[in-house]
Amino acid sequence: MKILVCITHVPDTTSKIQFTDNNTKFDKNGVQFIIGPYDDYALARAVELKEQLGGSLTVLNVGEVDTEPTLRKALAIGADDAIRINAHPKDSLFVANQIAQIAKSNGYDLILMGRESIDFNGGMVHGMVGELLGMPSFSPVMKLEVDGDTVKMAREIEGGKEQVEAKLPLIAGCQEPIAEWKIPNMRGIMSARTKPLQVVEPSNDEVATSVSTFQLPPAKGAVKLIDKDNVDELVKLLKNEAKVL
Amino acid sequence: MSILVYLEHADGAVKKTSLEAVSYGKALADKLGAGDVIALGLGSIAEAELAKAGTAGASKVLHVSDERLTAGIIQAHATAVAEVYKSIGASTLVLAKSSLGDAVAARLAVKLDASLVSNVVELPDTSAGYQVKRSIYTGKAFAVTEVTKEHKILAVKKNAVDLKTDGAAAAVEIISVNLSDADFAGKITATDKAEGDILLPEADIVVSGGRGLKGPENWGMIESLAKELGAATGCSKPVSDIGWRPHHEHVGQTGVKVAPTLYVAVGISGAIQHLAGVNSSKCIVVINKDPEAPFFKAADYGIVGDAFEVLPKLTEAVKALK
Repeated sequence: MKILVCITHVPDTTSKIQFTDNNTKFDKNGVQFIIGPYDDYALARAVELKEQLGGSLTVLNVGEVDTEPTLRKALAIGADDAIRINAHPKDSLFVANQIAQIAKSNGYDLILMGRESIDFNGGMVHGMVGELLGMPSFSPVMKLEVDGDTVKMAREIEGGKEQVEAKLPLIAGCQEPIAEWKIPNMRGIMSARTKPLQVVEPSNDEVATSVSTFQLPPAKGAVKLIDKDNVDELVKLLKNEAKVL
Repeated sequence: MSILVYLEHADGAVKKTSLEAVSYGKALADKLGAGDVIALGLGSIAEAELAKAGTAGASKVLHVSDERLTAGIIQAHATAVAEVYKSIGASTLVLAKSSLGDAVAARLAVKLDASLVSNVVELPDTSAGYQVKRSIYTGKAFAVTEVTKEHKILAVKKNAVDLKTDGAAAAVEIISVNLSDADFAGKITATDKAEGDILLPEADIVVSGGRGLKGPENWGMIESLAKELGAATGCSKPVSDIGWRPHHEHVGQTGVKVAPTLYVAVGISGAIQHLAGVNSSKCIVVINKDPEAPFFKAADYGIVGDAFEVLPKLTEAVKALK
């Protein structure tokens, strides 16, 4: 079983989002970067599948040199080797093309990633890679079991879930509760230092979108507190002031 | 050149978010002089349901009634939409941002060599190029995005546009598309629907509970208020993690992201990951006995009080409003 897990390198969920350079660049000052939470679920499930089925687990990120600590963390969690496509991830199509190029020459049985990144929230890359490779893609996948060449999945749909069965190879965009996040242990952290991390130059510069400027939403006004013994007042405000009832 | 709108349905009923996408398509066509707005439904959907796309702004509704498309098989939907898009000579595809929409749109972006922009919140600005504003960082920021390809796919965020329902009725035309076995590579073996009629991601009002409810046996209070409000019910992550409520009710960054008109949070402190799932709500009400709960900073209205005391009174007050 040959598994590829694609991870994003994103600001921690508690980060304050700010921009610099006349609102054209993300302000990294004081921001801690992490493996994207959805990608963390994909990685955790991939580690479990490798333990169960054997084979290899490669982790990939499209990013510049500052993403290497994130890749090393993925190695510490259980990936065997890592690939960094040495480029700023310009947009979803750009990232999908890089992943597809690597996948074409390595013949992975299973490609896992998060359902979306938590920075740009597009949820596009898994489907684009699937189409570029002519491979089935499924998302958001909340359960994934492999039995021979058959994959049984639970896919979230609005208001429930559906059970899906498909054959390898395939691509899945993952989300909880597909697996419990794994925390690297000391042995993993030590071994990650010596695991191979290959740097590959991008193969295709094509983009479909580019960001001109970033904006922040208007500041939120102060909360209007209502006495707990006067809930009628709240209902009146919701009806007459907020006009939401 | 026309605009094609991909309609999603739940159990044969066209989703409200898809009708919002039709209204967006109509406003886009009016703004850019982009021709007809044509809606497309796939699978078993009643004609009366499809005709609603007409009232939302479509001039025509196409229906591929192939039973196999009733379920959301991603590749099959992408193949069907691509064929129709090309056959009508469309320039833009509009759809609602959703789990299925994301998955289908991504494959279509490659099939149609199109620029895909997701989480769109406004009509494009075409005064210099073609720029679309989209929500990013789970609602904490926006990106004004330049679209570089001739063909465009715009996935519209829920509640980002006004739903128009004053248009004319539209004729529904049955068509067929070419689908191969390869388009049905994934076989759906079972579907587990959540109880309740109101889908959480679609709901106009959501009532969510957190650990302040003290146990699953107390959820009847949340459900009673939700029933009076015509709301869907949600919960915080800890509540779904400990099994009080099912995962599909988990509202938050890694759960369901909602954008209702009214979000009522009861006994939820307001962890940043929860806020990320609700910050697109138009109005937020927080009920918590801890006056220092961070959720109050994100709320429009708040009550500092015990859920067990406040919820029954609030439910009665809402009932009295009717």
